Amino acid sequence: MAIESLAALEAAGRNEDLFDAIVKSDCVDRGVTPGASISQMTVLYNAIRSAKENYDPGQRSRSGMVGGDGAKMRSYAASGKTICGEYIGSVLAQAIEMGESNACMKCIVAAPTAGSCGVLPAVLLPYQEREKLDDAAMVRAMYVAGAVGQVIAKKASIAGAAGGCQAEIGTASAMGAAALCYLAGGSAQAVCHAAAMAIKSLLGLVCDPVAGLVEVPCVKRNAAGAMIAMSSADLALAGIRSAVPPDEVIDAMREVGDKMDISLRETGLGGVAATAFGQAISEKMSGL
Amino acid sequence: MNLFDILGPVMVGPSSSHTAGAVRIGRMARRLLGEGTPRMARIILSGSFAATGQGHGTDRALIAGLLGMQPDDGRIPESFSAANEAGMAYTFSRVNLPGEHPNTAKIELTGKSGRALSMIASSLGGGRIMVVEMNGLRVSFSGDLPTLIVLNRDQPGHVRDVSDILARAGVNIATLHLYRDYPGGSAVMIIETDKIVSSEHLDQLRSIRGITGVTFVGTEKEG
Repeated sequence: MAIESLAALEAAGRNEDLFDAIVKSDCVDRGVTPGASISQMTVLYNAIRSAKENYDPGQRSRSGMVGGDGAKMRSYAASGKTICGEYIGSVLAQAIEMGESNACMKCIVAAPTAGSCGVLPAVLLPYQEREKLDDAAMVRAMYVAGAVGQVIAKKASIAGAAGGCQAEIGTASAMGAAALCYLAGGSAQAVCHAAAMAIKSLLGLVCDPVAGLVEVPCVKRNAAGAMIAMSSADLALAGIRSAVPPDEVIDAMREVGDKMDISLRETGLGGVAATAFGQAISEKMSGL
Repeated sequence: MNLFDILGPVMVGPSSSHTAGAVRIGRMARRLLGEGTPRMARIILSGSFAATGQGHGTDRALIAGLLGMQPDDGRIPESFSAANEAGMAYTFSRVNLPGEHPNTAKIELTGKSGRALSMIASSLGGGRIMVVEMNGLRVSFSGDLPTLIVLNRDQPGHVRDVSDILARAGVNIATLHLYRDYPGGSAVMIIETDKIVSSEHLDQLRSIRGITGVTFVGTEKEG
């Protein structure tokens, strides 16, 4: 049976490792064996790594708005002058690179969506390298991320058209926070609260893509989502808990999404899409 | 949604609905036609597919799917030239299809044998799709499970005929939907199964009097 609330996820993690509980749930859900489930997840993790390796600094999107920034951030991160430090710099670079690859029609892994595909790689790949973790550990963390995404999809939404960007970058950030917290040895309770704190930080974020394209502001929001995933995981690992129970945070996310005006839900009609710049790009693209 | 609806698909960007879903819609039309790469494709983009489709590569993605590519195929951005090489002609138009999901395409195919197929399908998000019309009949199927599509005259006994053969083949029916245009007219059965139906059993279905068309699409499991 699918895990349908963070309370259920936390309860499942009391008796056994979260990974084991989530694999079991997936096997029942889809009628597959644990081996088949884990190998499917391993394929996804390998695809994330391939997508990282296939980043091309020269690639540009159809509109011309996106491309090259990941490489800028990568070299700045290595300069030793960053405000956030080299490690966080590499996280930001990874988030931007992946978002750019997506906008430029390269192969990526939707997590949970294509527009938010940079968050999970940005928090996982640099962490694996720094902590020298094996792929099996990363695959286990992917399950934890996926289960959190599943709960949000069930109780709220993971589609920008339904719930705004909080549903995409917000969900990706919650998934990333949960995965990091799990990898760092956090309890199931800490994992759920890390996810909740990430959602709260991004609550209300609108989906306002310029010309309706998954480019601006989507690519850079992946960097923001990755940062909030890391901060939320660290807060939870420090023993800090969300004052609002995690499931109630997701209920609030649902309510905020429902109240969000249609112009702010992936229609390209509000927010930065409605600026003079956004309108000009929109006109240029419709003339193609 | 299951775990792998949240994580994945592995796909060429930028949009799971406008790109990956569009590839799947193209592939579905190709598979329903059932004779490889079509000779001619007329594609109508509706709603958001018409409005933002070009920037999302929806047009290239649909063509890629018609050529048999998967959503993670690196050749999707260059599918127009691949279509020229494969000898598939195509046209695009933008027409609003009233009452359809915002992300919808209508595809009319002519196969190498002259066989024709018309299909309307919608992209629901996350790369999931739904076929909503086939050869003028309203239907509803996703292709997530193996799907058997039986066209028949709307007369008594055909559900029994089909379920008998499936039972003998040891194929369990997961869902069964019936549609028709008018009493005694054309009918379609959409049967989702838990197992692949063999070509031998499909031939048995085709030999039944009153059954005018049998198409089977297996699943597209992706990592």
